[in-house]
Amino acid sequence: MSAKTYRPATLLVHQGMDRDPHTGASAIPIYQASTYHHPGGVGGEYDYARSGNPSRQQVEEAIALLEGGVRGFAYASGMAAIGSALALLRSGDHLIAPEDLYGGSWRYLNTVLPQQGISATYVDTTDLGKVAAAITPQTRALFLETPSNPLFKITDLRGVAALAKERQLLTFLDNTFMTPLLQRPLELGIDVVIHSATKFLGGHSDLLAGLVTTADPELGKRLKHFQNAFGAVLAPFDSFLLARGLKTLKLRLEAGQANAQVLAERLAAHPAVARVYYPGLDDFAARDLHFAQAAGAGAVLSFALRDAGAVPGLLQRVRLPIIAPSLGGVETILTHCWSMSHAAIPAEVKQSLGIGPELLRLAAGIEDVEDLWADLEQALAG
Amino acid sequence: MTACSQQLTLESRLVNFGVGRDERTGGISFPIYPSATYRHPGVGESTGYDYTRSGNPTRQLLEEAFAQLEGGARGLAFASGMAALTTLFLHFSAGDHLVVSQDLYGGTYRVLAQVFGKFGLTASYVDTTDVAAVAAAIRPETKALLIETPGNPLLGVADLAALGALCREHGLLYLVDNTFLTPLLQRPFAYGADVTIYSATKYFGGHNDLCAGALVARTPELGERLYFLQNSTGGILPPQDCWLLLRSLKTLGLRLERHCANAGEVARWLKAHPKVTAVYYPGLEDHPGHELSQRQTSGFGGMLSFRVDTAETARKVLKKLQLISFAESLGGVESLMTLPAVQTHADIPVQERLRLGICERLLRLSVGIESSCDIIADLEQALA
Repeated sequence: MSAKTYRPATLLVHQGMDRDPHTGASAIPIYQASTYHHPGGVGGEYDYARSGNPSRQQVEEAIALLEGGVRGFAYASGMAAIGSALALLRSGDHLIAPEDLYGGSWRYLNTVLPQQGISATYVDTTDLGKVAAAITPQTRALFLETPSNPLFKITDLRGVAALAKERQLLTFLDNTFMTPLLQRPLELGIDVVIHSATKFLGGHSDLLAGLVTTADPELGKRLKHFQNAFGAVLAPFDSFLLARGLKTLKLRLEAGQANAQVLAERLAAHPAVARVYYPGLDDFAARDLHFAQAAGAGAVLSFALRDAGAVPGLLQRVRLPIIAPSLGGVETILTHCWSMSHAAIPAEVKQSLGIGPELLRLAAGIEDVEDLWADLEQALAG
Repeated sequence: MTACSQQLTLESRLVNFGVGRDERTGGISFPIYPSATYRHPGVGESTGYDYTRSGNPTRQLLEEAFAQLEGGARGLAFASGMAALTTLFLHFSAGDHLVVSQDLYGGTYRVLAQVFGKFGLTASYVDTTDVAAVAAAIRPETKALLIETPGNPLLGVADLAALGALCREHGLLYLVDNTFLTPLLQRPFAYGADVTIYSATKYFGGHNDLCAGALVARTPELGERLYFLQNSTGGILPPQDCWLLLRSLKTLGLRLERHCANAGEVARWLKAHPKVTAVYYPGLEDHPGHELSQRQTSGFGGMLSFRVDTAETARKVLKKLQLISFAESLGGVESLMTLPAVQTHADIPVQERLRLGICERLLRLSVGIESSCDIIADLEQALA
């Protein structure tokens, strides 16, 4: 039986290698070594830990297996993954990105890449016409998120991939919200898939990590070259923790998703809530498109209160969720996007995108849903 | 978080142990305190922590979690399941006698026979699924009853309530090794147990990547006594593993649910296989402890054993397994299979082992959380 034939639940538990070949150990060792002996001056598979480490290799192979890539890369954070993946671009290149991009990505595209002579245009990527219209002779790549964060705009991945192929553009997709269990972008024609593995893949709010994978061997070589040259690699202990987190990903994601569905429905019916953004709701506008390219609605939702002034009180009263940026942990996390995840974006830009101070993002954890609802209900009631 | 924790379901509490408890940072994940010792503010003053063997904040959080989970007064964390059990046995004195399940982990038998035997602590091994047999084994010097239920490896089910009544009647300490089911599925304190024992390496840890043990005392007095022994003998769990175990507890509910569901499917599949002569799983309707299990547990667990037609078949199966590892231990996300007669129960004398039914045709399977289809496919090719 090869790992490729296993069902996802099995693949997650066993990954690329599930037994240490030397000892049979059930957990892959944490190789803290910074360097490796070269017997007689001759190097083996490993020569220096930045270039390769068996503990890191475990998660790099795992993401490639899960996403259907040829090889994977692990980085010290989601932003290190994004920055390293975008190193496929060069000075003079132009990039198209969604308007309501994650704040950290927005900051990188707006304040770091311009220094290297790489510019970006932000468009509503749910409208392929607008994407096509934004392409200039310098445009080299599309950077995408779907569902978008935090407004759950759905971009047609097949459509955008076809457009990119036609215009010879590279496509990058941040698949953090969905994970490969719910959305497999490489199969839909995306070139490079990026994860903040801090979120669902790690899943316990106790590590930072980023992962990248591609199905194109040539891109894989270039990503490897930059990973090694730049060196923002994931440390061995965190690689171990991430591999451990992956083992329960399916259970955690299924439980979080089931909780998110219930909470989305109840929030939508609550008088203090103006609007709920969640692909699992019947009246979610892009529901058909989302489910044509994803196997589930995920465990994250956003909701807008009728009164932005009620937000501080709610954040005071709520007891069970963690109030913090981040998402994808076993603990439910409530984020005030305005001041947390999207704080890096100027207020007027946020307002124009619809990310108002009345908007909250909720990443459903695996707690008992009745406990979560009881807490939200009391916090909403004031 | 702590303010509302009492009203939360066990599942929600499992996720939230220690969340935001670090006052300095609000960190979602509680810090690992590797400190061996603590600076005293002055002579005769203490921060509450003096030396890590006596107390460590990371271990303390884990120990509170154990106590809360079980509904006991005090939890204690040890370097292994055997370290927990050994510390508990140190409670007894030379001349004391224990009545112990005969269907139990071989390591427990080994430490009692080969270590505590030298110190004058004696034990009788009885079929604890038979209350009358337990009663008959009680002597004037008997101090405690130690049971595992379901048993290991034959999954016999002991009547927790009846044995609890017997212990009360005879003034015995009632000790229950609850490793196979955990407090999520079986609550021994509800039946009068005094101490629960865990190899936390198993379901609590759940990822086959740490070794740990736990004791939970129902009363503060017993908790204090066991803490004294823990501190005196020092078989404590180090801070890093305490932290890893806290991380594991967060997914215990989800993991157990899947373990139980998968084990039920695998047991039914094995039962229909021509080379399998018996399947031992309390979830099967024809298991002698099925009805009792339904009464006293809220799930049948992820452990099962089965007997194949010949010893040769058993060895062939172990050789041919691909997905399932042939390894000792249990309770992890990865499925593991053992041959108890030569592994987990090798220290039990052969005559006794055979009398119990632990022969070389018996295989024990710890069903993991993989896809049940993949587990069954692996068993199918291994049995073919």
